[in-house]
Amino acid sequence: MQLTLWTYEGPPHIGAMRVATAMTGLHYVLHAPQGDTYADLLFTMIERRDARPPVTYTTFRAQDLGRDTAELFKTSVAAAYARFQPQAMIVGASCTAELIQDDPGGLAKALDLPIPVIPLELPAYQKKENWGASETFYRLVRVLAEAPAPRPAREPGRRPLCNILGPTALGFRHRDDLIEIRRLLDSLGIDVNVVAPLGASPADLGRLKDADFNVVLYPETARSAAEYLKKAFGQPFTQIVPLGVGATRRFVAEVATLAGLDPAPRLDGPDSRLPWYSRSVDSTYLTGKRVFVFGDATHAIGIARMAASELGFTVVGLGTYGREFAREVRAEAALHGIEALITDDYLDVEAAIRAAAPELVLGTQMERHVAKRLGIPCAVISAPIHVQDFPARYAPQMGFEGANVLFDTLVHPLMMGLEEHLLGMFREDPEFHDGVGPSHLGGNPRAASAAEAPEGVAAADPAPATAPILLDEDVVITAAPWAPDAEKELKKIPFFVRGKARSNTEKFARERRLPLITLETLYDAKAHYGR
Amino acid sequence: MNAPVPPPTACGGIDFHQEHGQRAVFCGLTGIVWLHRKIQDAFFLVVGSRTCAHLIQSAAGVMIFAEPRFATAIIDERDLAGIADANEELDRVVTRLIERRPDIKLLFLVGSCPSEVIKLDLSRAAQRLSGRLAPVRVLNYSGSGIETTFTQGEDACLAALVPGLPREPAEAAPSLLIVGALADVVEDQFLRIFSALGIADVRFLPARRAGAMPAIGRNTRYLLAQPFLADTARALDERGARRLAAAFPLGAEGTTGWLQAAAEAFGVDDTTFAAATAAGRARAETALAPHREKLGGKRVFFFPDSQLEVPLARFLARELGANLVEVGTPYLHRAHLAAEIEMLPAGTRVTEGQSLDDQMDRCRAARPDLTVCGLGLANPLEAEGLSTKWSIELLFTPVQGYEQAGDLAELFARPLRRRALLEV
Repeated sequence: MQLTLWTYEGPPHIGAMRVATAMTGLHYVLHAPQGDTYADLLFTMIERRDARPPVTYTTFRAQDLGRDTAELFKTSVAAAYARFQPQAMIVGASCTAELIQDDPGGLAKALDLPIPVIPLELPAYQKKENWGASETFYRLVRVLAEAPAPRPAREPGRRPLCNILGPTALGFRHRDDLIEIRRLLDSLGIDVNVVAPLGASPADLGRLKDADFNVVLYPETARSAAEYLKKAFGQPFTQIVPLGVGATRRFVAEVATLAGLDPAPRLDGPDSRLPWYSRSVDSTYLTGKRVFVFGDATHAIGIARMAASELGFTVVGLGTYGREFAREVRAEAALHGIEALITDDYLDVEAAIRAAAPELVLGTQMERHVAKRLGIPCAVISAPIHVQDFPARYAPQMGFEGANVLFDTLVHPLMMGLEEHLLGMFREDPEFHDGVGPSHLGGNPRAASAAEAPEGVAAADPAPATAPILLDEDVVITAAPWAPDAEKELKKIPFFVRGKARSNTEKFARERRLPLITLETLYDAKAHYGR
Repeated sequence: MNAPVPPPTACGGIDFHQEHGQRAVFCGLTGIVWLHRKIQDAFFLVVGSRTCAHLIQSAAGVMIFAEPRFATAIIDERDLAGIADANEELDRVVTRLIERRPDIKLLFLVGSCPSEVIKLDLSRAAQRLSGRLAPVRVLNYSGSGIETTFTQGEDACLAALVPGLPREPAEAAPSLLIVGALADVVEDQFLRIFSALGIADVRFLPARRAGAMPAIGRNTRYLLAQPFLADTARALDERGARRLAAAFPLGAEGTTGWLQAAAEAFGVDDTTFAAATAAGRARAETALAPHREKLGGKRVFFFPDSQLEVPLARFLARELGANLVEVGTPYLHRAHLAAEIEMLPAGTRVTEGQSLDDQMDRCRAARPDLTVCGLGLANPLEAEGLSTKWSIELLFTPVQGYEQAGDLAELFARPLRRRALLEV
């Protein structure tokens, strides 16, 4: 048993729902108890979909358990087929139905419907949402892409043809990434055969094999299917995820190679404003900003790399909740000279953020709240997300426009360079000293920043009176006391690096067994650690 | 599913139907979201699957980030395969939780579908842990979807509290118990009115703190503040308390009827009653008047959700002049709702249970002016051009009593006003 308050991923059948809801002409019959229909509202509320997800639930209850839940399942499948007339169906069990051991696949087969009915095995007590989406898409592709057959040679003069794989319902910016990548491919002279699962019908999946190659936008959902298509139809697929300018350029080169085209015309053309913005002197202050990155593996890897090489940040933390891609994240973290954090426990993430003392956190909805609690600027770069991250405006993450969006997203939470400079210069002025709140909020004194709290002591939470559940021991280490003048000097350090300065100094003092932290100790430590 | 609907049976002048099929409702676990706010030193530990954790996270919205007093012990494959002794695992998780949260005085082990299906005996676990963790009390109830629908989770929770309530001596003076979680502000308003009625000893179940749960005995009279408390009422009856039959305190009329039931039981004379309620009634009337214009003659359709549907429909029909197309409810407790059913317009179609697609077909065919439904249906129906009022808000917002009558009407009027406002 695992004590859980907040989960990064839902159970695997939610992943299957994300695939089913993304598609058209497909219906999902889920053997599930009453109550599991809560999942509908993720799609109708968070993504603001205008139709119910194409899912029928058996919603069995206790009184059904004594009778025949298998019969209930069969009548549900038959009724859903009669009502919705889908081209294909998927059937499966949620966590509770997995325990009662009806066999959705066998039961559906017995009905002998005139359409493909694809059974899903989604082990709810081992796997999670992203795995469920990936497995569902893979199963659909296996059944619906037609039997292996040699592909006819491309007719001369025909533009190269690719599939785009990976976008789903409830995907972080999938809608706009797709628009951006379609545009990019078109400008290269490549046509899109099928986009799947988003917007595809079962019949469309039958046409997947007509393409020359596959573009995999989200490996979490589409890599298994792409690997199958490679094996069955010899379609190569892209390995580079176009997050950031550099990755997008490499993506263009990779796609052009797969399509047998010359990428030079596209790469010589206009791309993103990011390179110039990042070179402009206003961005100088971004140099070496300490950034902590956490999310799904694809976004964490892509955005950490971009943050380091395109914005000049220092990546001080990198991690993912998706164990399926732990290896890739570990490899990327090694490039940044750090160890990857692979966990689905947000308290571990919170502890890691606190230990790394970053100046910017890039993460999910949860990291946004952790960062808020710790008083650190933050931007959201990955699912899980709340309704505000399904924006009305065009907001891709991928491609050249995506790089523009990311530049703004990553820089806006930070103080502008000039602002930071002024705050440092006029720190002691009555309007600017640390205790003063923003003038537009009436300049009321603000609560002590969490960054000031000594290492190992939980920051005071402003709202609830209850203590957080801490799963790991917070070690409170007795440090040498601070001399008053050293304490006073510490306050002169800008508040956003003060926490780090304090913990470094205390560590320095501990290691040297100093009885008191003096002004000298503070500056000795500063010289020792540098920045 | 899609079985033929049994022929309508007469029931107190309503057109009553029962329906079976797919149900789009929450399970009882959802009750935790408001119950943990009410009992301020209680913790709710769901013993379930990742689905349960995900459900509560989705239902609790941003509340999840405020370090709330609920969590899920997720059963994993080791527990199922018997590799780990589920009871030992539970003890380990609970012990650690209590160590970390010394402010917790009452712990609820909340059963879920998976824990019920594998027959994990949470009542024995609760007894065992109560002994080990004293003075922390550990209780259990089931909020599983196979047994409970949405607000029935509160019923199961309160029913679990009843056997442990202190016993009042047989000769104790009559006391009044209000049963059902109400917003603190509403409780305080009712206390003031009861005090004006001369009923001094008024208690609430649940109390705001675990150590302050009300005593009961043979002289306890109780009023249900919520229509979904069947098991709690039965447990109270077993301990000798007696229910005062009444309408529910929604709208001015419902509130008056509800207070009247207490007044009669405690021998309050008419003059005192009129004096104590006159100001509230007048204010409710003032607050309701502008909404009557907006909602009068509007056709309203209720999907089943919380069991509040019948009292709400009664309020909309009688105090605001709305017409009722269909009133869906997950369960209809005939005895507790007798006063409500009597007040519904004759021939109102009331449907107990649900066959979702059939009900949506009826709703589309009727094209009501306002549809009261859950969040999984609201946007899809809006996209079809139907105005909706999402029903969960009726649980989270203070709606009972005179002072909230206007707010309650406003909740229904707002979607219509908005639709009229928008030009795009």
